[in-house]
Amino acid sequence: MIKFSQTRYHYKQQKFHFDLQVKEGSLVAILGPSGAGKSTLLNLLAGFIVPESGDIKIANRSVLSLAPHLRPLAMLFQENNLFTHLSAYQNIALGLHPGLKLNQQQKQRLQTIAEQVEVDGLLARLPEQLSGGQKQRVALARCFVQDKPILLLDEPFSALDPVLRVAMLARVKHLAEKQQVTVLMVTHHISDALAVASDFIFVDQGKALAVEQISTLNKQHTNTHLSDFLNAESSNNNE
Amino acid sequence: MKTINRVQLPGLVLAISIFIFVLMAIATLLKYSPSLDLTVIWSDTYYRHITQFSFYQALLSTLLSVLLAIPISHALFRREFFGKKLLLKLFATTLVLPVLVAIFGLLAIYGNSGLLATFFDYFEQPLPFSIYGLNGILLAHVFFNTPFACRLFLQSLQAIPEQQHQIASQLGLKHLNKFRFVEWPAIKGQLAHITGLIFMLCFTSFASVMALGGGPKATTIELAIYQAIKFDFDLATGALLALWQICLCTLLSIFIQKFTSHNELNTQQQGDKNSFKYDSFFSKCWDIAWISAIIIFVVPPLLMVIIAGINSELLSILTDNTFWKALKNSFLIASFASIIAVTSAFFILLTSRQWRLHGFQHRADKVEMFGAIILVTPGIVISTGLFLLLREAGNLSHLSFYIVVAVNAMMALPFVLKSLAQPMLNNAQKYEKLCASLGVFSLNRFYWIEWKALRVTILHALCLSFVLSIGDLSAIALFGSQSFTTLPLYLFQLLGSYQMQAAAVVALVLLILSVLVFVFIEKLFQEKRVIHD
Repeated sequence: MIKFSQTRYHYKQQKFHFDLQVKEGSLVAILGPSGAGKSTLLNLLAGFIVPESGDIKIANRSVLSLAPHLRPLAMLFQENNLFTHLSAYQNIALGLHPGLKLNQQQKQRLQTIAEQVEVDGLLARLPEQLSGGQKQRVALARCFVQDKPILLLDEPFSALDPVLRVAMLARVKHLAEKQQVTVLMVTHHISDALAVASDFIFVDQGKALAVEQISTLNKQHTNTHLSDFLNAESSNNNE
Repeated sequence: MKTINRVQLPGLVLAISIFIFVLMAIATLLKYSPSLDLTVIWSDTYYRHITQFSFYQALLSTLLSVLLAIPISHALFRREFFGKKLLLKLFATTLVLPVLVAIFGLLAIYGNSGLLATFFDYFEQPLPFSIYGLNGILLAHVFFNTPFACRLFLQSLQAIPEQQHQIASQLGLKHLNKFRFVEWPAIKGQLAHITGLIFMLCFTSFASVMALGGGPKATTIELAIYQAIKFDFDLATGALLALWQICLCTLLSIFIQKFTSHNELNTQQQGDKNSFKYDSFFSKCWDIAWISAIIIFVVPPLLMVIIAGINSELLSILTDNTFWKALKNSFLIASFASIIAVTSAFFILLTSRQWRLHGFQHRADKVEMFGAIILVTPGIVISTGLFLLLREAGNLSHLSFYIVVAVNAMMALPFVLKSLAQPMLNNAQKYEKLCASLGVFSLNRFYWIEWKALRVTILHALCLSFVLSIGDLSAIALFGSQSFTTLPLYLFQLLGSYQMQAAAVVALVLLILSVLVFVFIEKLFQEKRVIHD
């Protein structure tokens, strides 16, 4: 279980205040307008920024004192997920050992995961020789070889075309269920949330206004901020 | 981020050490000039003259270099011809080439017994000018700086978007009007920056003035410091002039900073070909004339170094012990200085980029400024301070090697900082979070992320500082002695005693060394890519 307790942070004028829980094994979509604090929520959990007060617990243990790489989570960014000067194989291997010294068992694991995300044929290539979708699949493979119980997605598929994006999300969902990984994903697309998520968090003006099951995500929601947001988004998407 | 990151510590310590090192030199200078009355310089006619001359020659050199570079770069931009790439590569070398090698080449053509003099002699005419004095200083400065300015202007011209060329051709803008409305604005953006940079280079130039000027009429402050200490043993005057030079350089840098907008040159940009040029017979002639002029000016001196270097003295130089000692010293000094410069720059940039990532631009600028402090306290000034400081300590000859290494490293540092700053910042902007989340730190981070991605840039910076150090004359000039010479100093002594044949050999060796370094290091670290473990 992931638990934010009275977690406060501020950046320039913007104040953030999170108090929420995420169940183990769920796939949570984080929704909200731009600049509301969706990425801040993930960055706090990942440890790239440190809250001013409050606590963040994973499985009943505070993670605030842990460096990002020691926290039980892997993360996929919007861009720059791969080192452009290293091959796909090396990029994935960095998830197993920061000096790329892999034992036989680790090599085997890398191979298995690469097959699961269907990048086993691309391992020798440099990122510049990969398409956008292939790049993010390689990055995804690295997240899964890390073998962490939580996966954070900060809009990694937003640059892909809609069909590919849904396919990637389905793949993430499938792998996450198989390996019992909890997923938190920031997304701009309500359809993505409806397609794969089990729960959602609605973030507005630095606060998480709702943490609920995905079935309650509709325009008749009692929270007016959320229903306004959903109306605006759907009219956008219809254009 | 209120505290200082662990990664930032070495860079911070280095930057502060450099600052203290410079302060120590300045403090010694202050101690040796008890009156501290800089008005003394202004009331002394000789010192007033050399101050004026310093400005005068720098101004003329800058004007000539920049004004010539504009039509030349414009012509180069408009024309494609066989060997253009090679010519541009050559342009990139004139500024880092050992100064004395180029000067030897210039002497071999324009000197009293050079190619031109021989030509005039054939018609029983004397050479109508003398290369010594202002003429020679201007010639050398234009030789170094025009190609440099050309390259920079060319880069801005190539950054003009293709669409603007298309619009210009649709509007029917011809040679002159297109220059006015499309190309000149691109050049103008860089003009102040380049002019300021070249002015500083000329104002603090040492070796060119030492080799070609030097008489009471054509002496700059840089050279006067050296002469006061080395020839007149007038330490107080040397110290006072050095302080004077620091004041002027500081004022100049502040002035230049104020008047140049801080737009960085984008050297990565692969320029479009100017494919929509309007052409006429006159345009062709005009462009060809400028391109021929620069080729005739830049290429022959370098060719002469090669041609003249292979002569009857070759064997006697190569069996001369002094030569080998100088070669060994030069090689060691340049190796140590370049490694120190690149390592220091790396650590200083680790510090500054961390601050830049978190929005502390001012702190980052400051720490980088400490690294480039040599720009306001020229090498000869620092050397003078240290020279005086060490005199007190006693055994000077024992330490002079290390001092020369340190001063050379500091002189290369601004160049290395400049070439590594942007690539290293880019690396951090792209990969900082990724590295943190994967736990790629310290040595792993250096090897797999910085080195693997920036190897070419780092090695290029290493070569650059090696070549700068191996050709430097300003640090060794004060500390050199009978038992401690380097190739440039040896070359200078040979030129001074008119042993032109021997000088030719040494100039050739220096040239070859400079070129070989680039070739050798490129080959040595050529990528051997192993994909699967």
